[in-house]
Parts: sequence; structure tokens; C-alpha cells
Amino acid sequence: MSAPSTLGAARAVFAKELLLERRAPQTLIAMTLFSATTYVVFHFALNRDSVAGNLASGVLWVTITLASLLGIGRLFVSDRDEGGLEAFLLAPVDRSALLLAKAAALLSFLIALELVAVPLFALLLLGPTPSVGTWLRLALILLLADAGIAVVGTLVGAIAVQTRARDLITSLLALPLLLPVVIGAARSTAPLLSELGAGTLPSRWPVVLGLYDLIFGLLAYALFDYLVED
Amino acid sequence: MATVTEPAIVLDGLTRRYGERPALEDVSLELAAGQTLVVFGPNGAGKSTLLRVLATLLRPSAGSASVLGHDVRRDGWAVRGRIGFLGHDALLHGDLTAAENLAYHARLHGLDGARERIADVLAAVGLERRADDRVHTYSRGMVQRLAVCRAVLHDPQVLLLDEPRANLDPAASELVDPLIGRASGRTRVVTSHDPAGGLAEGDVALGLRAGRAALLAPAADVTTEQIGDLYR
Repeated sequence: MSAPSTLGAARAVFAKELLLERRAPQTLIAMTLFSATTYVVFHFALNRDSVAGNLASGVLWVTITLASLLGIGRLFVSDRDEGGLEAFLLAPVDRSALLLAKAAALLSFLIALELVAVPLFALLLLGPTPSVGTWLRLALILLLADAGIAVVGTLVGAIAVQTRARDLITSLLALPLLLPVVIGAARSTAPLLSELGAGTLPSRWPVVLGLYDLIFGLLAYALFDYLVED
Repeated sequence: MATVTEPAIVLDGLTRRYGERPALEDVSLELAAGQTLVVFGPNGAGKSTLLRVLATLLRPSAGSASVLGHDVRRDGWAVRGRIGFLGHDALLHGDLTAAENLAYHARLHGLDGARERIADVLAAVGLERRADDRVHTYSRGMVQRLAVCRAVLHDPQVLLLDEPRANLDPAASELVDPLIGRASGRTRVVTSHDPAGGLAEGDVALGLRAGRAALLAPAADVTTEQIGDLYR
């Protein structure tokens, strides 16, 4: 018997998270239903055949950000309710394995959500179908933003689950911390969703998103031990 | 020449506070390898806190605690691989099967030959036929038996057991005995509210009252009346 590597332990936790979500799919269903409902509401509330540019980008990212709060709020719930966090802390493994696994799980949920929600958004709210190139550039922005949401969300989830007002703390902490991600993602996406379609991807905002991911990734790595240990 | 062996557990002025409130205060003792320390005391006396400090789940506020020569504060990593912890919560996921829960814990402990070991411990507690059932379908006694499997899965040298026979009927209690009882041959720290049963199980008795060691003596020298006095 030898203590597993950080990556080995992270893989074990990640596989367990996916299995739990497959067995009792609460998080992903809640996030998807919320997004779908919101896009339907926008479709009728805006009373327009289609939206484009900044408005389209805003609608897309407000919905994804708020849906992600549902995932963040539930990220550590089974660990709190069933002692999963304690079980992990009793194992001879690096605590950052839990950060990696939880962030990867949240990232997976966000990607799964977007595979449904973004096409639905395009169907309900976008005019002409975007080109393959636009979809690919949008996918890049989505991935960069998802990575930021996953890292920030894991940190916030680890803090919030230790409090009684979990949902309130999640919103209070996550929304301000995610603001740079939302701004960066919305600014990057707006030209792609312009009426002319296939607008160019400005290089500045994706770089900002990437830097934010990197900085918060390092910060989370440095802080996570203190958040989960006594 | 006699061989001098290091004690398995050493507490030296161990103190743990929650905010300003002391839960354990200035507790010192040594426990030899293979021995059992049985801890008595009313609710809130500090029994669970003591186990959680030894399990590295709580840090000492003052003093020190070491397990198998490893300080719980400085060398928690080494301690964790050598202990099996059974607290009030089973630390099992209800939506996973017994086998999946144990496989997860085996992976976290880097256990070789996990499949065989899981089959062995499940058979030992009579759960082999329910291995593929989800844990939320289990009775409380079955969950406790599975929690015992989880605690001993990685063959720890030291067991930290918080009222381990709670929810177990006499037959189930007998089933888990080879894994967590005296017959296991492991060093054990066991909390108990059963004076006669606890004293029979222990080599050293520790009585806690309001976090302080009100009684510390060889279990054979302690009477059930002395234990009863702790609760008055």
C-alpha cells in the first residue's frame, strides 16, 4: 500500500462525483432547467425575433452565470450531508486533490449544461445560425470562462458549505468574484454574436479571461488547505 | 537486554478549545502498542474531540498528541495512513453501493488488491450478498457494519472508535469483533458508555469530565462504580 498521488486521488474523487451525479442527477438537471426556462422567458419578454451583439451576449452570460450558482451551491452538499469531506480528510492524500476533482466536476457540469443551453439559446434568441467558425470561437470563450467559474466556484463552495446560510453565502461571494469572468466572457462573445455574424474575436478579453483563470487557480491552490482543514 | 518500544499513542498536555470553550484540557497519557484505551465520560466530556484530534481532523490548541511516533499537527499525513476512524457518522454515500463506497476509500488509501480486500471485509461482517446494493437501502445496523469495513479496509495499525457498537445487535457485534475488537490485535482508542463492557474491553481506562482527565488507571483496577461517578 502506498499513498496515492495527487492526480490519482483527484481521479478517485472526480469519478465518485460523476457517479453520484449519474445516480441522483440533481445538479445538472437544476442548472439545465433553469437555463432553458430563462431563455424561454427572454424569448417572450424581449418580444423580438432575435437578439444580437451585446444584448445577446448579456443574455447568454447572465443565464450561464446564474445557472452556475446552482452547481456551486450543491458542489459540497453530499460531502457535508454524508461525511464525504471528513472521509477525504482522513486519507493520506494531498488536499489539493479535492480542489482539482471538485473544479473538474463543476467544469464537467458546466460543459454538459452548455451543450444543451447554448444551442437552445441560439434556437430561441439568435437570428441566422452562426457559422462553424463562430461556434468554435464561442466554444473557446465558453471553456475559458468555465475554467474561471469552476475554480472560483470550488473555493466559494468549500466556504459556503461550512455555513448555515449556504445559498446566501454562495451568491454573496461568487457573484462579485465572478464579475471579471462575466465581463470578459460577455465582451469576448459580443462580436461573435453581432448581426453580421462571424465577427472577429478580440484578443484582449480572452487573454484577460485566461489570466484570471491562472491567478485564481494559483490562489485556490494556496488557500484550499486552510479552507477544508480545521 | 529489554527492548524499549515507543508508545503507540502519546498525549502531552493535550488541550483543544472551540473558541474560548475548552473541550479537552491538559490531558496526558501514554498507550503501548496493541493496548486498548477505553474512554468514558458524559456527553460533551470531550471523548469525540479526543478521537478527532488523534485522527488529525482537529488540531490541538495546546500540548501535543502523537500516533506511532508521528505528531498529529506536524505529521498528519503519516498518521492518516496508519489509523482507522469510526465516528458517529458512517462516512458513506447513500447513493453508492457498498462495494463502490469501499472501492472509493481503497483508492484514496492507495490500497493494492482492493477487490479481494473489499470482498474479504464484506464477507467478514456478513454483507457480501448486499455488496451491490445502494447504502441508502441498508438498515442502521448494516450501515454501521459497512462503516466498520470502511475503517479497517486499509489494515490500519491504530483504531479510533467512537461507540463502535452503537446500532449493532449482539450477533452483529460479534461479527465485527475480529475486525475492531481486542482480537484484532490493533492499538485501539474506544469510547464507551457501558462501564462493564468498556472495562472488559480496555487495558487502560480514561474518564473525562468537562474535558479534564478525572480518572486514568489500568482498566483492571477500575470499578464500574468509579465509572458511574463520572456521570453524576
